[in-house]
Amino acid sequence: MTMKNNELETKSELQEKSLFDKSVGRRSFLQYAGAGAAGIALVAAGCSKDRGYDNPVMSGATLDFKTDVGVLNYAYALEQLEAAFYIKVASAPPAAFTAAQKAYFQDVQFHEIAHREFFKKALSTAAIGSLEVDFSSIDFTSASGVLAAAQSFEDLGVAAYNGAGVRITTTDYLVLAGKIVSVEARHAAWVRDQISNGSFADLNSLTALGASNSAGLDGALTPDKVLAIAGKYVKTKINVINL
Amino acid sequence: MNILNILDEIEKVDGEIYERLSPRRSAMKDFFNVGKKISMAALPLALGSMFQKAYGQTNPSSVNDVLNFALALEYLEYNYYNHALTNSTITFPTAASNAAITTIRAHERAHVDLLKSALQITGADGYVDADFDFTAGGAFGDVFSNYQTFLKVALAFEDTGVRAYKGQAPILKGNAVLTTALQIHSVEARHASHIRQMVAASLGVALKPWISYAANGNDTGIAAVDAVYAGEQNTIQAGIEINGLGGASQTQAAESFDEFLTGAAVKTIANQFIRTGKKLV
Repeated sequence: MTMKNNELETKSELQEKSLFDKSVGRRSFLQYAGAGAAGIALVAAGCSKDRGYDNPVMSGATLDFKTDVGVLNYAYALEQLEAAFYIKVASAPPAAFTAAQKAYFQDVQFHEIAHREFFKKALSTAAIGSLEVDFSSIDFTSASGVLAAAQSFEDLGVAAYNGAGVRITTTDYLVLAGKIVSVEARHAAWVRDQISNGSFADLNSLTALGASNSAGLDGALTPDKVLAIAGKYVKTKINVINL
Repeated sequence: MNILNILDEIEKVDGEIYERLSPRRSAMKDFFNVGKKISMAALPLALGSMFQKAYGQTNPSSVNDVLNFALALEYLEYNYYNHALTNSTITFPTAASNAAITTIRAHERAHVDLLKSALQITGADGYVDADFDFTAGGAFGDVFSNYQTFLKVALAFEDTGVRAYKGQAPILKGNAVLTTALQIHSVEARHASHIRQMVAASLGVALKPWISYAANGNDTGIAAVDAVYAGEQNTIQAGIEINGLGGASQTQAAESFDEFLTGAAVKTIANQFIRTGKKLV
């Protein structure tokens, strides 16, 4: 049940311990048990506790999903990644890009910078630091390479917001996330159409991100899964707690 | 995995757990016996159902209201595309344009079926083609014979759909249904992005895949759909001015956040295309 890789350690063990900690009052438990996915969360309590427990290294950035601050910092981390990517593309676009593609990549760059700066301001002193990115796997001189990477970022971003929305408890922030995710979906569709016209909503190609073509549903992934995918592009260690 | 351990743990904070689950403790033993036989994969569902009964968690009526509202909009969209593809004289300029509309129709049908299922509606659709007037009382008189008019109305429907789902999100806050609604919402945004590109190509206008800045919010140049874009010119989010933030221009600031529409505003727009007797209230 615990997922680990070099970039990410989730701490479901912690959740497992704290779920029935004495500090959990009867009332808060009843509220918790009444929540939608409680059945599945409670199953975690029945799992064996004999796995090794690693103390998280508290360097790098920590996303504490106990509150909305953690969710917003998660979005801030993803927007940092996207903005860094588009800044690099817009500063030196592939030679094969058309004028229209160059112009739209400029737009998208500023959309992502706006998202990043919005979260930074909204989070104020609670914001995580700047992430160090690693784009060594992307060939920024190749139009197809840049478009493929852009598609990955946008599709993943959509799935990330879709999967994290249910964790947001503050109405204003939930609406804000909704305002951003549809712009990311517009980006995703446009980039996809640049690669192959008509693939704007090819949900069959998004099943790994949680999409379902038969149900007409886009991707939706939990933060641990998103960060595992995004980890390839991030040097900074991201610790996830209370997921 | 030991269900008894789980229940023992719960009993520490809720002494009445067994009573909640069943008035007779012996009845729980039957459940455990069944539990041994069902697969591990199905167990979370069985437990979820058990706890849902114990703690009385069902969809509040407001959630079903949202789902019914969404269903009506999906009926509108599905019947629109289906009419265009099966009962119109529209000439699609390319195979790709026809294929795109076919793809979108399939998604809208899937949304209808999904929402009907979520609302446990079996049987016939609540809205059929005859319940709609896609000319909006003549404002789009050649909607099923002129490809460009068809695209303009499709554009209005998709951008409205995106705004409509966003506006209902607060009612679904924290509910598992929200995730599904968001997954539909972003598919509608993908549709909108593509229809915008189709409009740009067909009408030869510089319409972007995202909603750009216009003084009254409407970046499409189609005055008849002003209401669809009301407020999209906004550049202040949660009290933070986006214009100039990180170098974003006013146009890019407005583009970077889509705006929501209230349920009332969406109903006014949708009712222009719904016949008397079936209008949304």
